[in-house]
Amino acid sequence: MADFDQELDASGLNCPLPILRAKKTLTAMESGKILRIIATDPGSVKDFEAFAKQTGNELLASGEEGGKYTFLIKKS
Amino acid sequence: MEQKKLAIIATKGTLDWAYPPFILASTAAALGYEVQIFFTFYGLQLLRRDLNLKVSSLGNPAMPMPMPVPVLMQALPGMQSFMTTMMKKKMKSKGVASLEELRELCVEAEVKMIACQMTVDLFEFDTKDFVSDVEYAGAAVFFEFAGDADICLYI
Repeated sequence: MADFDQELDASGLNCPLPILRAKKTLTAMESGKILRIIATDPGSVKDFEAFAKQTGNELLASGEEGGKYTFLIKKS
Repeated sequence: MEQKKLAIIATKGTLDWAYPPFILASTAAALGYEVQIFFTFYGLQLLRRDLNLKVSSLGNPAMPMPMPVPVLMQALPGMQSFMTTMMKKKMKSKGVASLEELRELCVEAEVKMIACQMTVDLFEFDTKDFVSDVEYAGAAVFFEFAGDADICLYI
């Protein structure tokens, strides 16, 4: 996965906490910076797609490895 | 793009029914919605500083149980507290947020919380027992916001 500026570990958290934590972290970041999120909630895959679509923050990448889901989101 | 609006009416005060309003409100706020929740009747219990909400399997045959318990047994003293403890334990083990946390996130996200003045008076609730981020108003105030809302939910 590409480089990122900040990381958020939302492992063990369930809906809607990964989204809420991501939103909070993004709010404190500068436009254009990239946030990497790690989650274990399988629902987060579709949730982050929907989050990106509705907020305008770009979902650069999304992947799964060994039960962990990772997302790269660029702040709009 | 104009900000979307979500209006919610929260009418229930059990542990399970307390989740949908706070989950939907906090998520919508994270997605950029302006959100208002109007708490009325038993929904007012969700505004208490000290949340002491319970869940009961009585009258709710859909509640998943680790083992079948006859309905008459479910009515025994202590069963409601037991069910509540079990439910809270399960939620914690699954990483589900506590209601206090979700409510706090709503407050942080500037979700507007309105308590129905009429039902506050009806049940003789002491507003000192409620969190401080609450406004007290009536149905007309709700419609002022809900009339322009994109989504309106009755929970």
